[in-house]
This record gives sequence, structure tokens and C-alpha cells, in this order.
Amino acid sequence: MCTVCGCAEGELKIEGQVKPHTHAAIRGKHHHSHDHDHPHDHAHAHDHHHHHDGHTHDYGQGAARAHAPGMSQSRMVQIEQDILGKNNQYADRNRQHFAQHAILALNLVSSPGSGKTTLLTETLARLKGKLPLAVVEGDQQTSNDADRIRATGVPALQINTGKGCHLDAHMVGHALESLPVDDGGILFIENVGNLVCPAAFDLGEAHKVAILSVTEGEDKPIKYPDMFHAADVMILNKIDLLPYLKFDVAKCEEYARRVNPNIQILHVSATSGEGMDGWLDWLQQQRTGIVEQQMQALIAKMQALRNTLSG
Amino acid sequence: MHEMSLCEGVLQVLEDEAKRQHFSKVKTVWLEIGAMSGVEVEAMRFCFDVVIRHTLADGAKLEIIEVPAEAWCLNCTQTVTVKQRYDACPHCGSYQLQVTRGEEMRIKELEVE
Repeated sequence: MCTVCGCAEGELKIEGQVKPHTHAAIRGKHHHSHDHDHPHDHAHAHDHHHHHDGHTHDYGQGAARAHAPGMSQSRMVQIEQDILGKNNQYADRNRQHFAQHAILALNLVSSPGSGKTTLLTETLARLKGKLPLAVVEGDQQTSNDADRIRATGVPALQINTGKGCHLDAHMVGHALESLPVDDGGILFIENVGNLVCPAAFDLGEAHKVAILSVTEGEDKPIKYPDMFHAADVMILNKIDLLPYLKFDVAKCEEYARRVNPNIQILHVSATSGEGMDGWLDWLQQQRTGIVEQQMQALIAKMQALRNTLSG
Repeated sequence: MHEMSLCEGVLQVLEDEAKRQHFSKVKTVWLEIGAMSGVEVEAMRFCFDVVIRHTLADGAKLEIIEVPAEAWCLNCTQTVTVKQRYDACPHCGSYQLQVTRGEEMRIKELEVE
């Protein structure tokens, strides 16, 4: 198991059928078969236990392990492949889907307890009815967060990662199959509360948004530099509590810009509502950009088709 | 971070390549790991040994090539060596740095049969 963050034997719960109407938490099992139909191919890399007890992994039993006579000579094979290549392929697929449907997908990352879900429910309450919205919730266990989201009336799907410490692009692609997002909408992906691992996993999102609450240390951006480097936006949340805390906002912002000179910083209190307008403006701006981009692509396509008629 | 997932990613690549390039056993794996990739090399070694058990890479040797980090300082307009993301430019103290090397997480080559 990972000696750094403790993410260990994958108990990924993306397998098994998701019930689209009940939106049940995606559950997995210790032991499982792969006999369900999947609309797209994938390798189930995470749903195996890796114990020291010598139980047999059930992947690698196919052609790769077949005995190939006459192949006993050692040879070198150039690979030059990114270790996260597979994840990135799934991420590209998600990104294509989002682009085609003009969906703004955001990957919300933070430590546990930063107020991510509260910020999200407040955001949804303000946007609801104005545009299509959907939420993918990532947590190790329970569907509490998805329940909180659904209470706002917005469709949500919970992914339980078991002992896994982050969402990956394949889980999100799978989630999209049972949680369709209407064209021109916003998909919020609330990642597992963790400032380490989710930094490296592209989900196909337009932006990573890091949420840092002022009840945490102002040096978090340099303690977890990879995450603040990967994020395009940092939301400083719970700013209504600033009078009661020794949190140096300027210092925090300086640290964030050290690891990411281009990071955009927003001050918000989801509870008091302060700064919410700035956040909503940013969301609308991003969404408008994405919708216009897709409209232009469609207009160009229409024009090209029209030209085939007039020629 | 997440070294177990990364090792599973490595194994996936090995299995895909085994089919594509027709080999049945992996004896050595060379990885390039950048100083700023967020990968803990020791954790990687530990996870690798666990993940490859009973696979086509069972018992394979892991060779890690550590790639030092470099950045382009916008202020000095030159390449400088850095150790962490939050390092300042060692010459001018600026944080306006763009990492140009050291974020690698690559499988470089394999010894197979």
C-alpha cells in the first residue's frame, strides 16, 4: 500500500450496476466478476486487492500471459509512455464529451472540512432553474454528500472510492453514463477531500478549483504545492470567520502565487453569502465561453455542410 | 502520493504492450520519475513489488531514473535548478518560475522475453 497517503488495496466501488433512478451509491465488492456490460472498454485497474497473501490477481491472464514459444530471448522494448497515460486517455474522452455538449466541468478539490459541500449546495441553490446542473460526489464511504446535494433538487451521483484517495477519469466517465448532464450545463465534480492525490489525476475538467477555508493554515498552498499548482482558481472560504482567527490572508495569497503565479483567488463565505456573487460571475463567464466555443464550432460545421449544397 | 495507483497504471501499460509487441514476461522496468512529479520513489518500489505479483512482471526489477527539476525564470530569462514548487529562483529570488523539467512520470523502456 501507499506508505505516503495510505491509499491502499483498491476497494473501488465503480463496478456493479448503477441504478439510474435511485442513484444508489456505486458499490463494489472485495470479490467480483467482470460479467456486466460496459458501454466502453476499461481495464478495472483499481478493483483488485493487493495483499501479501498470495491470492491470484485476475488480470494479466489473457494474451499477455500466454506462453509464446520461441520468445524466450531477452530483448529491450522502448516504451516512452506516461504512467498516467491510461487515465489521460479517459480524461480526453470525458473532455471531448464535455466540449460536444458545451458542459462546463469543474473538479473541486480541498481538504476534508473546507466547506466544499456547503459551498456547492449554496451555489446550486442560486443557480437552480437558470441552467442545467449536475454533481458527481466522490467520497471514500457513504452517500451523505450526494444526499445533501439531492436535497437541493439537483441530480447527483455518489462514487465511493473505498480506500482509494482520489477520483480518476474512468470513474467520472462511468458516472456520466448514469448521470446525464444537459447541454450547456455545469457539472461539479466534488473530489475526495485530499490535497495530495487528486492533483495528478485529470478528469477531463475545464478547471480544478481548490477550496481552502480560513480555519486551515495559511501555508497550505506551500504544504501541498502540487494541488495549488494544478488548480486555476483558489476559493478562500469561510471568510466570515476571519475576525475570530489569526489567518493572514495576504500571506496565504502570496504562498498560493509562489506555487502558481497565475492562480485566480476568490474570497467567499458560503454561510454569510459574502463573495458568492463573484464566484457565480466567474462560473457564468466560464460557461459562456464554453457554450460560445461550441456554438462557433457548430456554425462552422453548418456552413461547411451548406457549402456542399451550393457547390 | 497514490503510488499504488501509479504502479497499477504501469502494469496496465505492460499488459497492453505485451499484446502489442508480443512478449510474455517482463524482467526489468525503467521508469523516469521527476523530482516534481509528486512520486515518492521508495513508496513506488514498495508498491511495485506488491502489484506485479502473479502477473507477467512477477519478480521484475524496477530501475528508477530520477530526473532533477529545472525551471525557466521569467525574471532572469534563464534555466535554473529548483527542488520544490515553492522554491524561489536561486539567482534573483523571484517566484515567477515555469517548471520545464522534473514533472515526468514515464515508463522509459523494458527488458522483456
